[in-house]
Amino acid sequence: MAATLPNVLVTTDWVAQHGTDAGVRVVEVDVDTAAYDQGHVPGAAGWNWTTQLCDTLVRDIVPVNKLEELLGASGIDNKTAVVLYGDNNNWFAAWAFWQLKIYGHDDVRIMDGGRKKWLAEGRDLSTDKSTFPKTTYKAKAADTSLRAFLPEVQSASAGKKAALVDVRSPQEFTGEILAPPGLPETCQRGGHIPGAKSIPWGKNCNEDGTFKSFDELKAMYAAQGVTGDQPVIAYCRIGERSSLTWFVMRHLLGFQNVKNYDGSWTEWGNLVGAPVEK
Amino acid sequence: MKPEDYSRIRRELAGWQVTIETYKLGDVYHCSIANFDPGARFARADGSTREEAESRAIAKATKYLQQTRKFDV
Repeated sequence: MAATLPNVLVTTDWVAQHGTDAGVRVVEVDVDTAAYDQGHVPGAAGWNWTTQLCDTLVRDIVPVNKLEELLGASGIDNKTAVVLYGDNNNWFAAWAFWQLKIYGHDDVRIMDGGRKKWLAEGRDLSTDKSTFPKTTYKAKAADTSLRAFLPEVQSASAGKKAALVDVRSPQEFTGEILAPPGLPETCQRGGHIPGAKSIPWGKNCNEDGTFKSFDELKAMYAAQGVTGDQPVIAYCRIGERSSLTWFVMRHLLGFQNVKNYDGSWTEWGNLVGAPVEK
Repeated sequence: MKPEDYSRIRRELAGWQVTIETYKLGDVYHCSIANFDPGARFARADGSTREEAESRAIAKATKYLQQTRKFDV
């Protein structure tokens, strides 16, 4: 996908040339929170999704005051262009993107191809921990229209009021496994939400980690009956893979009513009495 | 610094397809292992040689993969 198509994607070339420009802040967010220490884009900040992009007391997204502290400590103000990237084809970069949009940050972008492409291209890496002059950041009120909560998902499933998109692997969708291989199980039951369509997140990406073209993505979702004409709710296990699919549908395809159900299978698959399809 | 000796290969561990990514940065080899589907990194290790980093990461990955249960569907 060309860098100039949507204004939410930048190429690795662009980051190499502009990553340390004034008004730009590159941030790495990984599934593996130690990956940043194994070398990162020079000048990039590193955010830990397990401690800095969620509420560490209750299960929730990052509280607004914590987000403001994080952005301020990262030298980000309300006008900064935040460029996110990470491992696993940008899973948690998309998670950060989704939360920054919930809190109203205007200029957020993703480095197409993420850490995988940067590494494969043999580009410079730094092991220095970046430091930044502190800023004062003021977030906007949370835009909950980007987020689906359990009652809405239950209603969508029962009344077919929205297209439910399960972005997990086919083996998770069928209940053959309860978690991705090698990761801890976080649910009591396997399967999927009744009525959900299986469109694994990986179908959004090319082998090099970049996103597929607009036409390819549009055709892929249309083939599953997901066209953006009706509301869409994406989910996975804990909400990060589905934030990538949310990003694709909302910002690359331009669907207007797309929500990420971050409760995801970890919530649904533990609910007493919740209906399950296999 | 530029990463050197980069490789990304697919192989089977404990009955699961995985991707093993290794590179050298400075004097250290870094190895990480992701499940092929859905593609999550779940084991990594460092070493002074490629063999050392990969064997450590593979040992961890194998241990974790052996704990993954399969259910009849």
